Amino acid sequence: MGSDAKVLSTPAAPGGARRFPIHNRFLPPILITSILLSAHLSFGILEGWERTGLSIATAIATELVLGAITYGAWLNPASAYISGISAGILIRSPYLWPYFFASFISILSKYVLRWRGRHLWNPTNFGVSAMLFLAPATVSVLSIQWGNAVAPMAVIWLLGAVITWRVGRLHISATYVVSFLAFSVVRSVITGTPWLATVAPITGPMYQLFIFFMITDPRTTVRPVWAQCLVVVLVAFVEMLMRLAEVVYAPFYALFWVGAAAMVVEIWLDSRRRG
Amino acid sequence: MAVDRRQQVARAAWTVVLAASLVAVRTINERAAGSASLDGGAPDARFGFTLQESAAALGVDFVHQAPTFDSRLDHIMPQVAAMGAAVAVADFDRDGWQDFYVTSSGEGSRNRLYRNQGNDTFVDVADEVGLADVNREDVGVSMGAVWGDYDNDGWEDLLLYRYGRPELFRNEAGRRFVPVGEAAGLPAHVNAGTATWLDYDLDGRLDLFIAGYWPDSADLWRLDTTRIMPESFEYARNGGRNYLLRNRGDGRFEDVTDPMGVASNRWTLAVVAADISDDGYPDLFLANDYGVSELFLNRDGTGFEEVGERTGVGRSPKSGMNAALGDVFNDGRLAIYKTNISEPGQLVQGNDLWIPGDRAGGGLPEYQNLASSMGVDLGGWSWGAQFGDLNNDGALDIYQANGYVSSEELSSYWYDFGVIAVGHSAIIADAANWPAMKGRSLSGHQRSRVWLSDGVSRLSDVAAVVGVHDTFDGRAVALADLGNRGALDVLVANQRGPLLVYRNHVDPARHWIQFELEGTASNRSAIGAHVVVEWDGRRQAQVVTAASGFSAQNQRRLHYGLGDAADVERVVIRWPSGREQTIEHPAVDTIHRVSEPDGQ
Repeated sequence: MGSDAKVLSTPAAPGGARRFPIHNRFLPPILITSILLSAHLSFGILEGWERTGLSIATAIATELVLGAITYGAWLNPASAYISGISAGILIRSPYLWPYFFASFISILSKYVLRWRGRHLWNPTNFGVSAMLFLAPATVSVLSIQWGNAVAPMAVIWLLGAVITWRVGRLHISATYVVSFLAFSVVRSVITGTPWLATVAPITGPMYQLFIFFMITDPRTTVRPVWAQCLVVVLVAFVEMLMRLAEVVYAPFYALFWVGAAAMVVEIWLDSRRRG
Repeated sequence: MAVDRRQQVARAAWTVVLAASLVAVRTINERAAGSASLDGGAPDARFGFTLQESAAALGVDFVHQAPTFDSRLDHIMPQVAAMGAAVAVADFDRDGWQDFYVTSSGEGSRNRLYRNQGNDTFVDVADEVGLADVNREDVGVSMGAVWGDYDNDGWEDLLLYRYGRPELFRNEAGRRFVPVGEAAGLPAHVNAGTATWLDYDLDGRLDLFIAGYWPDSADLWRLDTTRIMPESFEYARNGGRNYLLRNRGDGRFEDVTDPMGVASNRWTLAVVAADISDDGYPDLFLANDYGVSELFLNRDGTGFEEVGERTGVGRSPKSGMNAALGDVFNDGRLAIYKTNISEPGQLVQGNDLWIPGDRAGGGLPEYQNLASSMGVDLGGWSWGAQFGDLNNDGALDIYQANGYVSSEELSSYWYDFGVIAVGHSAIIADAANWPAMKGRSLSGHQRSRVWLSDGVSRLSDVAAVVGVHDTFDGRAVALADLGNRGALDVLVANQRGPLLVYRNHVDPARHWIQFELEGTASNRSAIGAHVVVEWDGRRQAQVVTAASGFSAQNQRRLHYGLGDAADVERVVIRWPSGREQTIEHPAVDTIHRVSEPDGQ
């Protein structure tokens, strides 16, 4: 989710893009803001605005300060906004400090965890995974439904699909969903758990954020379309293995390892080609 | 080159900052979770008290039994049959000593009424008074009981609520209890999660509030469908309904739920009634599982208005298990303590300690959750909790029971539980979709917490130091001075486990005072009375409640620790009738029995 200010270089949309008056750069922030607002106003998902506000403010401030010091320029805060709002939604804690650190670590990781000029981890994936791993007693992840109605969920899926199509990433989301469903059958067969139980997590909003914002991040996905699809199949596969081992935060950890490994491979191959 | 150099330096600096941040997160997390890490061998009295488990020595050998429902729930039976261990305290025979009633839930199991013999021993008299044989498939099994003198004859009657038919037992001079049966006009079937007595219309007669947990339509022994589970983990509204039953004064109750505006179908686990809005009429706070809490504001006894969202207590959906009231800052304001679920690495809801702020328009306070800053947020899978001054230092402490299902110690159902909990209503609501527990624990083997107040702004868990080490699946907690010694003893009812009685050994140099009230114009149990004790520059408010905590009732007698102070300046009693009574300089280290005065 939101790897850096250069998210503006999101690939051009397929043919119909000119029919939309909104520039691509604004679509993900608009979508995630809409999700947050509609979910909170409908179901009151936030205990208070201060937590999500702290996440957003931390992410933007960190981006601006680090960008100014590192590059001598004020970076566009759009991607930091996405990182902050994503962390603010995904992290669940009765404390305020995890909301600060989740955003702070997410943005920091962009400036530190680079190889040959490219990011290795999606910032929010790194930040959220770090918080879940390092602070299990005080931090958990969004793990509930927002209400019970089918319609709001369908709207989010539809909007998410339209926007990821618009920015040319729908194939990534779709491949992951198909892979998850296929592997959920495998898990059901292996464990004897009802299939509907194994597929239940993907019906929740956490996965909507994961599928539309995290695995599609242009800066932390490999370039060829076929490789992008292969990577998310591998993410879903590793997630399946982790779920068989009853790792609760399997999707985040699977993306943490597979996503970074894929980036390392691509960067290495690029360097070899350049000699 | 200068630009590259700057970026290299900056990156090196950010690397250090990132590493430091990761270390900081780890450290802060450990500190937050570590307040319970005070370990002790033998209890010591560094905090001014110790708790000694003494059930056997007192003659109490009760063990709770769980029910067995329809076989289609076999795969998740431990968690659907996970409640029913309850305890309610009262002096049912008016001999001046606190007795207690404890419920079991197995079909055919027997409840017990332990009569306090006044010599540090108890004897079970449930059989002889008619309160033992109450758990049968045809009438249901016990989920809890609550005492209240509904006919104002001076003898505490007993409401037994069940997954099944609630029953009212009339106390006949402490010699026997007579089931009132259908003549009372109670509902024929409620899968009840909680109940309490309150005089909502201030007519001097106790009315009754019962809240359902499982859907009303579900006969748990003969299911028509397995779609009986909550439709959402935090937004469920498909639980059992509420009942507000007005005491007509002729031995019958009439259902006024809808006209009074307290209808709701949330999965309610705890209720406490008190005048939260300070208008003289008792309000209702409901702790709901799978959803937000509800605060029903009593509008002059003519109707209730749900103001949970407006006041803050009903904004964030969690898994509410407990409802207790306590003046944690000794400033006359009653905080609400609601327990929830926290399991490291799985789900961290945190408990809620709702502190009322200034009253805005309409006389409603805005509540702020200070559980984190006061140190009582992380308890475990938390159930019953009570406020009480355990060390008589003048500040209210909290005793809290934890643990859901203790089976195999090294295996956990949490992963499967987490998977189904996030599912859409079409999935989660059907028990058939729930993964089998297969003997695994779910937040089992957890310790109780004894949150000790520093009298200022923080509570710390001292359970292990003062002698609380048990890891049963705690449910109900009730506080009572079982020996009339000026110390609050602790009763803990455990699911599928023994009833524990912790005798409290308090530093005898610390003073105390207690008030046992009897209404005249008000209901005779004085439920709803508000008592403020002022001493040594401090003032502490308490209120007489029926139900408090989870499936529990404390002694009605109010207990105040006074610390080193040997003098109480003033006691102000506001009776439910509205009468106010002031007592100047009452004797300390004394149990005061106070009758409501005549007139204004």
